[in-house]
Amino acid sequence: MSTSGAAPIAGNDAPIIEISGLCKRFGSFSAVEDVDLKIGRGEFFALLGPSGCGKTTLLRMLAGLELPSEGTIRIDGQDMSLVPANKRPVNMVFQSYAVFPHMSVLDNVGYGLRIDGVPRDEIRRRAEEALALVKLDGFAARRPDQLSGGQRQRVALARALVKRPKVLLLDEPLSALDAKLREAMRLELVNLQETVGITFVIVTHDQSEALSMAGRIAVMNQGQVQQIAPPAELYEFPSSRFVADFIGSVNMIEGRIESASNGRVRLACPGIATPIEMEHEAAPPVGSTAWVALRPEKIDITKEPTGEADANTVSGMVEEVTYLGETSVYHVRISPDLPLMKVSSANLDRVTRRAFTWEDPVYLSWTATCGVVLER
Amino acid sequence: MENWRRGRSAFWLIGLGPTVWLVLFFLVPLAIVWLYSFAELRGLVDMEVTGTLDNYARALDPLYLGVFGKSVVFAGLTMVVSLIVGFPVALAIVFAPPRWRPVLLLLVILPFWTNLLIRTYALIAVLRVRGFANFTLEWFWDQSNTLLSLLGLGSYQLLGERFEPLELLYNNTAVIIGLVYVHLPFMVLPLYAALEKLDRSLIEAALDLGASQWRAFLTVVVPLSMPGIVSGAILVFIPALGSFLTPDLLGGTDSQMIANVIERQFKSANDWPFGAALSFLLMYLTFAALALRAVVSRGRGGI
Repeated sequence: MSTSGAAPIAGNDAPIIEISGLCKRFGSFSAVEDVDLKIGRGEFFALLGPSGCGKTTLLRMLAGLELPSEGTIRIDGQDMSLVPANKRPVNMVFQSYAVFPHMSVLDNVGYGLRIDGVPRDEIRRRAEEALALVKLDGFAARRPDQLSGGQRQRVALARALVKRPKVLLLDEPLSALDAKLREAMRLELVNLQETVGITFVIVTHDQSEALSMAGRIAVMNQGQVQQIAPPAELYEFPSSRFVADFIGSVNMIEGRIESASNGRVRLACPGIATPIEMEHEAAPPVGSTAWVALRPEKIDITKEPTGEADANTVSGMVEEVTYLGETSVYHVRISPDLPLMKVSSANLDRVTRRAFTWEDPVYLSWTATCGVVLER
Repeated sequence: MENWRRGRSAFWLIGLGPTVWLVLFFLVPLAIVWLYSFAELRGLVDMEVTGTLDNYARALDPLYLGVFGKSVVFAGLTMVVSLIVGFPVALAIVFAPPRWRPVLLLLVILPFWTNLLIRTYALIAVLRVRGFANFTLEWFWDQSNTLLSLLGLGSYQLLGERFEPLELLYNNTAVIIGLVYVHLPFMVLPLYAALEKLDRSLIEAALDLGASQWRAFLTVVVPLSMPGIVSGAILVFIPALGSFLTPDLLGGTDSQMIANVIERQFKSANDWPFGAALSFLLMYLTFAALALRAVVSRGRGGI
């Protein structure tokens, strides 16, 4: 996981994209609802969410391919809300790549420049530069049907970058590639973005893609932005149950606030004998419902009870073991009424026999800084 | 498919019927007409196949070449007008909401449910001097005149003393209107098939790269629907080239197409050999059009 993008907006520059109060309705269906968003110059920004969450509609509104029902989009300080796609300083890489099948690679890449009336020899020079940038030197004369999916995507990238847009929009750029190529392309896109210095806005439903590439991520659900944060913050400090659940794997335990003071919250959770204590800045009212989100890798699994047994410890029985190579995930039954707790532990040794196996009685424990208390 | 090899006799048995039908009622008569084109008239009805080329020589007379030329021009104009009219129609159907598409396609082929003769007479009722087109124009003329009278300009007779109906029937324009009307579905359907397959994101990509709607249409939509354009053009051009009912009913004395001349040879003139020669020249012209299409499409990289 990278934390390189922790500084969201570079310097004191004004943001390149400012979205405020943006809504998009199709009939009675609200695809995007009241979105406010600022994206800084040179940022690698990801819109992440399940399918149908409105992230693609939001991207298409940035491109000008959909017009907003309400709200404004400012790009580089200029109101672009109702400006058509062909007059915006942004370019897009489509999910299907949309490489023109009736043109050579060179003509594809030069298309936008031809429209702009750039002289012929300059088109050729710039198109070849762009092709070199995406490592397609020597492919200029090829036709799209002679290219692989990955190469076609590079053509789409070069075609968008050659116009030197202020923002490059990428709609699920890696979803059509096979797993190995996808991994390699992630790194390449990040490097490319660093090279050209253009703001990238990428839409993805794949959390690992967003976490590994983006400097900041906006998590969307049902048309609304749930949280905007750098990857590490999103993972460690989710602001809602949706985000905690969507990003990575999590154990969600419902409870009632017993006390809240000195940055510490104590919850009584049905089905768990001891209370749960967590560090939490806010002080939710006593008696209200809250949830504790615990990541599987932050829970200790032991044969004997450890530490002070008055909080953050629970006993259970291993019901399922999943071996994943670098880690093993234990599914532990702690109460007949609660879902199984997931606990993952790294396989540091090449053990032939696991420390725990089916039906083993175990103790689970965690510290007060491991989890997050969520009020929504 | 494998069964074809095992049940070869069954395959031949099934194929026998259509083959006999085609040979008896298509190839044999065609061959007879072809032979007639090398025949000489003996008396009023008798013919003798002498292998003469006189019929073809006569067909190449400037008079008939002129009619051939006019037919090609009429068919070509029909093709171009159908393309210009049909492209927006096909585009509109493709971009219509999905539940409307079958209805709109049905409307396109609806005229086929009525006999061509009836449709052509209906067109006469629209185009003639006291027809619906002129009635509509007259109504507008009346309304405009009333409006002018209300404005106090009635006495100036700005629109002429009386309505002059347009001469829409029995001329070349009427023939083109009729031919376009009859052949438009043959243009719209292949265009629709080609446009329906077009990936919308290609148009969006063109817009995204700065193209105006018109430019995106010319540089992306038109080239990618070329197979549909070529099919539609061929499907309109060939039947239009050989049409005889439309120019016969809607045309004037100088709007005769080659099929009208051929018809006259077989009927009133009773000169079958010459009619046969003209028929085969028309067929060769059609083959030439198809050959041209093949050459054009090979040049386009096999679309």
